[in-house]
Order: sequence, then C-alpha cells, then structure tokens
Amino acid sequence: MADFDPTMTAPLAAQPGGKSFHATMGLLGGLGLLVLIAPTLIVLVTSLTSGYSLKFPPPGFSLRWYKALIFDSPEIIDDLLLSLRLAALATACATVLAVAAAVTLARRRSLAARLLDSFFMSPLTIPSLALGLGILILFNLESAGLSFYSLLAGHIALCAPYVLYTTSASYAQLDPALLDSSICLGASSRFTFRRMVLPALAPGIASGAFIAFMNSFDNVALSLFLSDARSEVLPIHLWHIIEDSLDVRAAAASGVLIIATLASMLLMERLSGLSKQFR
Amino acid sequence: MNPKRWFSSDWLLVVPLALFFVIFVGVPLALVAFISLHNDTAMMHYGVRQYLLFFGDGYNRGILWETLGLGAATTVVTAVLGYPVAWLYGVATARWRRVLMVLILLPLLTSSVVRTFAWVVILGNQGLVNEMLLGLGWISAPLRLLYTPQAVILSLAQIELPLMVLPLITALSAIDTRLPEASHALGASRWRTWWKIVLPLSVPGLLSGTLLVFTGAASAFVVQTLVGGGQLMYMPFYIYEQAIQTQDYPFASALAVILLVSVLVVVTLLNYFGRRTRGFVHG
Repeated sequence: MADFDPTMTAPLAAQPGGKSFHATMGLLGGLGLLVLIAPTLIVLVTSLTSGYSLKFPPPGFSLRWYKALIFDSPEIIDDLLLSLRLAALATACATVLAVAAAVTLARRRSLAARLLDSFFMSPLTIPSLALGLGILILFNLESAGLSFYSLLAGHIALCAPYVLYTTSASYAQLDPALLDSSICLGASSRFTFRRMVLPALAPGIASGAFIAFMNSFDNVALSLFLSDARSEVLPIHLWHIIEDSLDVRAAAASGVLIIATLASMLLMERLSGLSKQFR
Repeated sequence: MNPKRWFSSDWLLVVPLALFFVIFVGVPLALVAFISLHNDTAMMHYGVRQYLLFFGDGYNRGILWETLGLGAATTVVTAVLGYPVAWLYGVATARWRRVLMVLILLPLLTSSVVRTFAWVVILGNQGLVNEMLLGLGWISAPLRLLYTPQAVILSLAQIELPLMVLPLITALSAIDTRLPEASHALGASRWRTWWKIVLPLSVPGLLSGTLLVFTGAASAFVVQTLVGGGQLMYMPFYIYEQAIQTQDYPFASALAVILLVSVLVVVTLLNYFGRRTRGFVHG
C-alpha cells in the first residue's frame, strides 16, 4: 500500500489550512519525540555526575559511579548475572516451545487453533501480578517452594507470546507456492522445512526472541512473587535502590543498560530487521 | 496444493507449549479464582466474602477506579502525543524514518525500571524541573512533583508511548493516499480532510494502541510504586501488599481476579469496536 509521499505533501501544505495543520502536527510531534527521548538522555547525563546526589544538571562530570558500580558492587553484578541467565534460559525454552507451536498454528483457521492462539497470547493481557500470584500459590501447594525454577517457569510463560507472534507473522508471509514447488521437485518435507521454511522464519524468530529476552530481563511484577530470598534479579534490586536510597550507582547501572540496549537493538536491526516486527 | 498438508500430522508440535501453558498459566489462574472464593485466611469456608468486602468499602472501590482511570488518562495522553509522532513518521524521508524508528523503539526496549528512574530524576526535589524553576526565580522552595497522580500519568504516558505510536504508523501507512488527495482536490482544507478522512481511517490503529497502553498502564507496578510512592495506591501494589506483606491470600486473590476481569472487559469492548471499525475501513 502506498505510503505518504513526502514530495507530494509539500505542495499540499499550500492547501487551505495547510500551514496551521502542519504547524500543529509538527509541534505536537516534536513534543512527543522530546518526551520519548529526553528521559533516556537525562539518565545518561546524571550517571556521569561527580556529586553524591541525583542533582540535575550535575555539578561536574566524572566516571566515578561507573567505577563504583564495576569494582565495589559485587551484589549488583551478581544480580545482573542472575537476570541475564534467567532471561537467556527463559528465552531459549520459550523459543523452542513457541516456534514448534507457531509452525503448526500459523495457517490453521479452525476454532481450536484460534482458541489455542488466544490462550498462548494471554500473558500479554493478563496483569502479570495475577499470574505471578497464581504461580506462587501453585508452587506453595506442591510444597515445592520457590527457587530459580519457579522464576524460570513464570518467565517462560511471559516470553512465549512474543516468539509465537513474530514467528506466526513471518510464517504468514511465506509464499505457499515455494513450498509446493519444493515438494513437486521431489524434496522431502523435512528437507523443505530445514532448507526453506526455517531460513525464511529465522528473522522473525530472532526478533521475537530478542523482544522476549528484553521483556524477561525487565520484568519486576512476576519476579517479585516468584524469586526466593536468595535470588534477586537486577530490576528488583534497582527498584529497591530507587525506592530506598536513590544511590547514584542506580544511575550508572541504568547508563550501562541503556547503552547495552541501544547496541543490541542496532545489532538486531542489522541482523534481522527488528523494526519490521513492529509495523 | 494446500500448505496445510505439510504439517497436518504435526498437531503434536503444539502439545509441549499447550501443556506448559495449562500448568503454568491455566492452573495458576484457576487457583487464584478458587482461593478468592474463601471467606477466611485459613481457607476453611467457601463464600464470596472477599468480594463483598471489596465492593462494600469505598476505599477499595476508589483504588479500582483510580487504577482504571490511570489507564484511561494515560491512553489519552499517549494518543495526543503519539498521533503526531506517527504522522511525522508518515511524511518523513527514508533516512529520517530510520532515525525516528530508533527514537521510538529505544524507549520501548529499555528497562522500565530505568525509564521510571529517569522520571524520579526529572521530577525529584533536586531534579531538572525544580532546578529550572528555582533558577528562574519562579519558586523559592522545591515543588513536590513526585508522588502525585499527574506525575504517574506523565511517566506512564512516556513509557507506553511507543505502544501507541507503532500501531498508528501501521494504520496511517495503510491509508490509500488517493483518498486525502481526492478530498483536497474537491476543496476540503487540511483540517477537514484529516478530521473527515484520515482520522476515521486510523481508528483501528488508535484502538490497538489503546488496548496495549491501557492494559500496560493499569498493571504497571514499577511506575505506580516508584513515581506514585506510598501515598498513591493502585491495584497492582494492593495485590502485592495483601499477598506478600499481609499474607491474606483470599483477599489478594480476589483483588487479582477483580483487576483481571476489569482489564478483560475493557479489552473485549475494544476488540468489539475494533472489528466493527475494520469492516468500516475495508468496506
């Protein structure tokens, strides 16, 4: 479908009301963009402060809080490692489960397939506190108690919908004629799947896994209910710091997370066209 | 040949995920509903006392309305700020579109604790806003900006904004450009064309955005607790407090059910309108 063509909108600005329309949209849009990006920049600047508080603008600039974060904060580093391990494992499990399901569900229009699909997408709508509370009750009932595995179970449920969604979307774009010709030319369905379907789905799967990873890494609500006393994930640790003491190390940790997010996002855009998944 | 034949024997592939979801999503939610139907914390007697307790008390009802109102207010702010951003994306050149996409996606993928933290820095007593107002001499003492409902709405709106902008970009780029052109050719002003043609055609995008923003804002634990502080109570923290701090599982479960049902009612209504407007767009 045709996009708005910039070369065409320019003369249209000469239409009656064109100036006020463009000015209003441009101003509000600029404000929207400022609101989107300013907080990130402000955190980055604050994390470089040489002072002891979150005063903005900072009295001076230094890397001292990054040094404090890296050399004097083993508890934050431990929680970061736990969060990374949790997000990686949850994403891996969810990807295997969800890709298998997506390949089966993607082209089916039966009621059963649609119901299953809504069921699998439900963690996106259900408030994750309700789900967390439920899984907590389940583990208590089984007297299994909380452990890394209760945390992992909740996070897999959180991750699966993203992978399912992007994989199904890529599958829907696959041209059925290609599959038919592969079969007609004598390829086995396993060969076709491995050599044609999987490579075509790969960008969708990778983007979904990436989004799932970021969401698991970021999740507070589920982890609050499901982690045992010993394991605290990074976002909960930061939540405690911000709630209690407003330690500037939280700003440094945020700075690290912002840079890491930006870098991995640009990498995923290059590798798998991440932004296509959002349009 | 129908591609269905390809994996028709492979319903088996759905089984692992289905089993996992039954055990770790279906059963837990059923347990929450079951436990909410007990009258006492020892869970010896069945009954609907928890629900009567909730709806019989103005304080509790207030928390539910505040939570749903927060979702609604956040949705309105994201729509007002997000629509023009999506429009800018529509008229931008390919190079600028890439830049805009980064600006829109980066906040979406950045940890919500980090984004909330940013608002604590901006609105705090020594934050950007207070320092600026003090510097200009407009105020003599820092204003209390954090821990107000307006601060919660503003921070939530920023955090949920990408989820409004992205569906709107999809909806706007799906509009046949000949329609606004025809409207102009027939003498309508830009505003009239936008109001009569473009806006109605972007309703499906607005609705999907509303769905994502509303559900996100109503259960946004981090923003509600960090920017809202202890004084402002919303359903998610109420559930957490009753379950973990008070250990009143039946009441916490009833709260969870009430929040879940309220969100699902809104989602169902939006989906219903969404289906109707989609027919309108293609018809």
